[in-house]
Amino acid sequence: MATEVKEIITKERMIALFEKHRKEIFKNDPEPVSRLRQRAFDSFAELGFPNNRMEEWRNTDLKEWLGKTYDYHFRPLPGMDALKIFRCNIPHLDTAIIGQINGWYVSKDVPLIRLGNGMILGSLAQAFKEYPEIIGLHYGKYTGIGKNGLTDLNTAFAQDGIFIYVPDNVHSPKPIQLINVIQHDENIFLQSRNLILLGKNARLSLVHCDDSYNHQASFSNIVTEVHLDEGAFLDHYKLQNLNNNSTLISNTEFQLEKDAELVSNFITLNGGMLRNNTSVLFNGPHGTANIYGLYLMDRKQHIDNHVYVDHASPDCTSVESFKGIMDESSTGVFNGHVFVRKDAQKTNATQSNRNILLTDTAKIYSKPFLEIYADDVKCGHGSTTGQLDTESMFYLMQRGIGPESARMLLMFAFANEIVGKISIPELRFRIEDMVKKRLQGELQICEQCVLHCSTPEHPMEFDIDMSKV
Amino acid sequence: MESDSNKIIDSFTQGDYKFGFITDIETDMAPKGLNEDIIRFISAKKNEPEFMLEFRLKAYRHWLTMKMPGWANLKIAPIDFQDIIYYAAPKKKKQLSGLDEVDPELLDTFNKLGISLEEQKKLSGVAVDAVMDSVSVKTTFSDTLSKQGIIFCSFSEAVQKHPDLVKQYMGTVVPYTDNFFATLNSAVFTDGSFCFIPKGVRCPVELSTYFRINAANTGQFERTLIIAEEGAYVSYMEGCTAPQRDKNQLHAAIVEIIALKDASVKYSTVQNWYPGNKKGEGGIFNFVTKRGICKGNNSKISWTQVETGSAITWKYPSCILLGDNSVGEFYSVAVTNNMQQADTGTKMQHLGKNTKSTIISKGISAGHGNNSYRGLVRIAKNAVNSRNYSQCDSLLLGNKCGAHTFPYIQVENKSSIVEHEATTSKISEDQLFYCQQRGIGMESAIGLIVNGYAKEVLKQLPMEFAVEAQKLLSISLEGSVG
Repeated sequence: MATEVKEIITKERMIALFEKHRKEIFKNDPEPVSRLRQRAFDSFAELGFPNNRMEEWRNTDLKEWLGKTYDYHFRPLPGMDALKIFRCNIPHLDTAIIGQINGWYVSKDVPLIRLGNGMILGSLAQAFKEYPEIIGLHYGKYTGIGKNGLTDLNTAFAQDGIFIYVPDNVHSPKPIQLINVIQHDENIFLQSRNLILLGKNARLSLVHCDDSYNHQASFSNIVTEVHLDEGAFLDHYKLQNLNNNSTLISNTEFQLEKDAELVSNFITLNGGMLRNNTSVLFNGPHGTANIYGLYLMDRKQHIDNHVYVDHASPDCTSVESFKGIMDESSTGVFNGHVFVRKDAQKTNATQSNRNILLTDTAKIYSKPFLEIYADDVKCGHGSTTGQLDTESMFYLMQRGIGPESARMLLMFAFANEIVGKISIPELRFRIEDMVKKRLQGELQICEQCVLHCSTPEHPMEFDIDMSKV
Repeated sequence: MESDSNKIIDSFTQGDYKFGFITDIETDMAPKGLNEDIIRFISAKKNEPEFMLEFRLKAYRHWLTMKMPGWANLKIAPIDFQDIIYYAAPKKKKQLSGLDEVDPELLDTFNKLGISLEEQKKLSGVAVDAVMDSVSVKTTFSDTLSKQGIIFCSFSEAVQKHPDLVKQYMGTVVPYTDNFFATLNSAVFTDGSFCFIPKGVRCPVELSTYFRINAANTGQFERTLIIAEEGAYVSYMEGCTAPQRDKNQLHAAIVEIIALKDASVKYSTVQNWYPGNKKGEGGIFNFVTKRGICKGNNSKISWTQVETGSAITWKYPSCILLGDNSVGEFYSVAVTNNMQQADTGTKMQHLGKNTKSTIISKGISAGHGNNSYRGLVRIAKNAVNSRNYSQCDSLLLGNKCGAHTFPYIQVENKSSIVEHEATTSKISEDQLFYCQQRGIGMESAIGLIVNGYAKEVLKQLPMEFAVEAQKLLSISLEGSVG
């Protein structure tokens, strides 16, 4: 039996599951992976799940979310209509779509796609079998072991996920859209693992969507390792639109070699409890990392963005900009940490976190940290929390724009600073539209939304009563 | 230019400590170590009422259950709390009735420190409470002050003469369970200053306490309590030095401030404990808990600190803004050079409506020094229309030092505005070039820029202190900068 049903998640349960399903878990592993798995498991057995007595988890309590009962599958569930599920494509955007259901790669009989230019996309489990030498070189190298219990748990358990390999000097002709849909009739706990490798001077645009298909609760513990070799460029988007019963722990580890460049955009529109741990390591000089984030939360939603940038090499530039609008009883956490090592001279790092609180029950915890051990650096950070500017409101209202429209306009303008950074126009149009719908409270989870929204032919409009102007 | 500036930075980091002398004076000491008997010994020595002993013992028993905190960004060598003398006092022959009867050696010590008790009384109009090795030596000016109803005396004297006030307020802002070092202090504190400004009185002079550690192997644990009644105002200054010894000495103090309705308290510190030598041997471990509460509406507490000394500084002067419209301020310059480490900042707890706080923190790191700003701004749900502005800048001199910023911001209502900004950089080459181009030497230019950088904070200090603080900054720069 490859499914364990309806139990709450505890350290003891996970240890028991691992022992019981050991054969299934290890079955595709090349030697280095199985060794890593065992080490990660031992480390998890020691660390356990994080709790809010830990500094890093002080404002995010997993207790309630771990305390629900979930099913756990050690094999993909059969009988899913993948095509029906992956209708969430982006209008007018020509992408190569790869899909995951509940963390498992959806194969359509081809577990690994090899493109003419040498790119490889597909199932990580299959890559374990077919490319053990690439896996051995990179898998688990960027997350390490013992950093946190959840990542170790993933390393111990993860059986599948997405594998993307872009060889040296190859420019991916079109963006790759990676869609992870959660769909199950019962609550589900899933752990998937992605490995994305860009060779020297390779270029890739990657749109990574997390969606849920119904209102069942889920707990996803996802780890993504990304390696950018010398001169590589990655344009990375993470779009999170899950139901209110979902918990998503997303650990993304980027390692940038010399001259590599990363642009990453985290757009969080919906979800129950979301935690994005993003870490960037500059492993060579002249790297650039721009990390943007936008979160729009309401009800009792919780968003926690942790961004750790390790300036281990000189002459690197990092920019962090996270903005959020918090409504109702939502809670937002931002914890940025820029770490400049002793010899990382000529570092340029900025950090910004701006929040708007719309109610007296919403909360913001902002912790922009700088830790600097080199002297020839330029580092700065800023954090603000407040409301919509009353003067701007007045200005708009004075010109005949109703308070509701004025509010929408200002909120949209606030969010657009992040959305405007999206360099793929079609994607930007769609996200602009989603943001607009989200702000108006119209955006629901996947079944009602994200499709056929606005298109370049039908640009978005604000409901401004022009007759009053 | 590169080598020039290195040379200057070198000499900056090698500036000598001017207050490292030892006074040869007879000292009354408790045996080494800490247990209930020692606490009873201290309490008996000070002839304390029963409630004080109970308070101490409660704190001690709680302390035994606590572990030394490890969260600060500091490397602290293990401290053997049994290897410390918890009570040391200059031996008194009899009760003093006037300055003439103070041990001349002692007066000489304070004269050397530039704190001439006699002169200060006559000339500058500052009331001084001098504390040496945990015990208040002499308080000047108290007679004049008492005519206005102001009580300014040593803590021990307050316990004897005003036990009701002490009982009412002591431990209300920093409870004995607060943190490891505050709890230790609550158990073993030996003296400190006590200050009470009655309703509607504006204290006509600056009040000042001067702390001096002299005896070896001792810890200094003093406790200051300031109470400003309705509409009262006081400006209070604190200075400190210690002799040069190659063993670390512990200083764990508590300052509590209570500001009632419309009251205003300004608390300034120039902290210049012995920082240890260039190799990081010796120096004072400075673990201080300072907290004020703006209890009444429209009250104000302002902290200003210039931190140049101590091997390790661990200090977060904080404000609890409970009353509506109350104001909290924190201005800080912290210098770390050689092997010094500082983890300092503030906490602003906004609880009342329309409360405001300002934080200006300037860190200067040189040599192998590490300087961290750590601060919390919390706007509670009911603190509507509150406002905070924080600015934390760091300046790096040399490539072996570190500057860190750890702000914590929590906002729980929609009508408040919180802003925080920080920058970290080295001395601007453009500014240096500009100065040099106009004929200002490299050394003076660095001095000028550093002083300008710290000016925003220095100008908050009372005049007498501003002079001392500026002198202190230039002592650190001596030999390199004019």
